Amino acid sequence: MSEVTTTLDLRRVEAEATSKTTLGFWTYLMTDCVLFAALFAVYAVQHGNTFGGPDGYELFKLPYVLVETLVLLISSFTCGLALLALQKRDKTMVLTWLAVTFVLGAVFLGMELSEFHAMAAEGNSWRRSGFLSSYFTLVGTHGLHITIGLIWMAVAGTLAWKKGLTASIHKRLTLLGMFWHFLDVVWIFIFTVVYLFGSLHL
Amino acid sequence: MNPVVSEHDAQKLSYGKYAFGFVASVLLTIAAYLLATQNTHSKTVIGLTLAGLALVQFVVQLVFFLHVGEERKPRWRQLTMVLMVFFAVVVVLGSIWIMYNLNYRMSPSQMNQYMQEQINSGL
Repeated sequence: MSEVTTTLDLRRVEAEATSKTTLGFWTYLMTDCVLFAALFAVYAVQHGNTFGGPDGYELFKLPYVLVETLVLLISSFTCGLALLALQKRDKTMVLTWLAVTFVLGAVFLGMELSEFHAMAAEGNSWRRSGFLSSYFTLVGTHGLHITIGLIWMAVAGTLAWKKGLTASIHKRLTLLGMFWHFLDVVWIFIFTVVYLFGSLHL
Repeated sequence: MNPVVSEHDAQKLSYGKYAFGFVASVLLTIAAYLLATQNTHSKTVIGLTLAGLALVQFVVQLVFFLHVGEERKPRWRQLTMVLMVFFAVVVVLGSIWIMYNLNYRMSPSQMNQYMQEQINSGL
């Protein structure tokens, strides 16, 4: 009887610890939002300062960016599926969906880096103009977050594979899921404000 | 072998929510893309609609992927979000306002006239 009580107490303590960690991480994500808001503010001020160089209309290839966006969106969905599998304690499916999310995230990052490289090779790097400085900073910061997310995913996935779905790993994967969803939310605004508005001379 | 997993926040994740959120986001993204590439309306209309589509997708992803709004009281998540939005709005609108103002006041063509006004008003 006392053993059951102890187990229940442990679970309650664990649940409280998890929800505190979740809230703490959520607060961090909110500060990250303010960071991105500041970068958007800079972009808003600088987006017209092309200094004789090309503007968004000339540089951005919308079909390519659309594919990029959909890839990231699908990865956000598969990340959700990984969290669902986590809830069902299905280790195989967690690892599978996590791997799919990783691959899609890596494809997104590869596409973005390729885009950056092509622009820099033509001379349109961040040094070219105020517009390009702010563009590379904003989109580059998002890409840096994606990179860190991928590293996190690889580490967490390996840990989950080796140690199984422990309480600690459950917590980590939940936070990773929040992080990955958050990155897609930020991308919505980058896609709209930078790429779509840019192509319309807005 | 039953691994010890904590009951996390009593949030029941459901496949339906993720699926709906995903499909809605895809549709909103493609709608925005088509609107931007068709050029059938005035810039203002397109701009506002794109902003609207972005905001809708933002809310969709918040609710269906990030589960905002499901928390029982106290609603810490929503509260921190509101505070964040407040900071973000102040930073973005404030920056745009200040920089636009500075740009106006310091643009070269205005300089001489402005200096003359200052001299005339006895500074």
